[in-house]
Amino acid sequence: MTNEELQSYLTERFTEAEIKLGTQYVEMTVTAAALHETALQLKKLDKLSFDYLFCLTGVDYAENMGIVYHLESVEHRHVMVLKAKTADRVSPALDTVSDVWITAKYHEREAYDLLGIHFNNHTDLRRMFLDDSWGHPLRKDYVDEVRIVER
Amino acid sequence: MSEIREVIINNDRLATDEYLVNMGPQHPSTHGVLRLLVRLEGEKVLNVQPHTGYIHSGIEKMCEAITYPQIIHLTDRMDYLSAHMNNEAVALCVEKALQVEVPDRVKYIRTIMDELSRLASHQLWWCVFGMDMGALTTFFYGLRDREKILDIFEETCGARMTVSYNTPGGLMFDIHPNFQKRVKEFITYFRTKLPEYDKLLSGNVILRERAEGIGHLSLKDAIDFGVTGPSGRASGFSCDMRKHQPYSAYPLVKFKEILDDRCDTLARYEVRILEMYESLSIIEQLIDNIPEGDYAVKMKGVLKLPEGEFYQRVESARGEFGVYIVSDGKKNPYRVKFRSPGFSNMFALNKMAKGHKIADLVAIMSTLDLIIPDIDR
Repeated sequence: MTNEELQSYLTERFTEAEIKLGTQYVEMTVTAAALHETALQLKKLDKLSFDYLFCLTGVDYAENMGIVYHLESVEHRHVMVLKAKTADRVSPALDTVSDVWITAKYHEREAYDLLGIHFNNHTDLRRMFLDDSWGHPLRKDYVDEVRIVER
Repeated sequence: MSEIREVIINNDRLATDEYLVNMGPQHPSTHGVLRLLVRLEGEKVLNVQPHTGYIHSGIEKMCEAITYPQIIHLTDRMDYLSAHMNNEAVALCVEKALQVEVPDRVKYIRTIMDELSRLASHQLWWCVFGMDMGALTTFFYGLRDREKILDIFEETCGARMTVSYNTPGGLMFDIHPNFQKRVKEFITYFRTKLPEYDKLLSGNVILRERAEGIGHLSLKDAIDFGVTGPSGRASGFSCDMRKHQPYSAYPLVKFKEILDDRCDTLARYEVRILEMYESLSIIEQLIDNIPEGDYAVKMKGVLKLPEGEFYQRVESARGEFGVYIVSDGKKNPYRVKFRSPGFSNMFALNKMAKGHKIADLVAIMSTLDLIIPDIDR
């Protein structure tokens, strides 16, 4: 499907979600509550069949946190972006999608490590790179005490 | 024999325990600082858990504090064998955001350099793979040929591995006057040497016994784990970004995407060998036709990307490399994410190695071609 077709199909199918055409891909933003169900649908629906999660990024949006999922369908070769935001940044949490795409299990561990986003129902949520005593460096309020990175 | 086995099985005192063994972070076969926690029953692998972070350098965090042309120099420290492709991904992403069209000359040179990097990377992979299997000779054969490519890099870029040859808007400098001549010499030379690789290792009985049917990764699992590059294509996963999202001069050249549906260690081995032939053919199609023109577009002194999100996918030697830039309109990015192929590839290791012997684990890991700074970033 082209981006326009994809956009109209998604708009028809996911009425609750906020859908727009970004610079390259169709972007769909869903609430934290709808995330898991949406992810399942995106993979299951024959016309979409987004089975390849090629990038999962945690972003600190200042007032809350978000995860950006870049998805591709191997069969149809179309790409879309799914976004979900947490309710707040004090205890950010989202449902895991590692049962939908296995690779998310490890990317979510990375996001947990570097941004401190908690993933509900994740079977193995440990830090990926850093020691437990570190903070979460990619958060914007992270204090870099030894000033390794200066802005 | 079977009676003895029964006695052992039925006797608790003689039963074997499971072992937890640490492979790495200094194990030679992990090629860097990766620690594998392996659960063993005798020699049989029950479970492999990779532990990362020994060489985490916070590159994504550093990127938030520096400008876009500076990011280029960090990206070749990640996957140092695909340095040129990593540089290109950032350059292309920034060019896309600023809507800059680079001259054809740049596109051609970038593509040639991409393929030379891929060759150099596959050569190193081949010689190290042989070494992991216990065949030291391959190491000398591979490195001998790789030196020739690194010499070409040195002459044109001034560096052998961390080339930093790309810059947003084009290239750092024009190619060296000797470049075309030396690349053509190299192609003629390597076309005679590549069959030697097959003679030396590909047909070796020990290698085939140890590789055939070992480390099976089905197509469904490859997609699910996001295993890309030659490792993914050996499972029949058509994931070549040069074909699916063509960039630079790739739309202009003819080449085959090497796919294999045997899904085992041998398939991953053969896909890489065949890819080397394809890379040679791509360079041959371009090297004589490099158009005249500028080697870079004049860019502003301070690059500020418009507010928004930009994503660029390229095919590195290890698989799909992605750059995701979130910009808030300033001269530094708000957030940069590097989708490194090694990260996703590595976690399929458990799936592939389970049930095999520990020596097979080394071979399987070698065919994934892991570069640890690429994983830890």
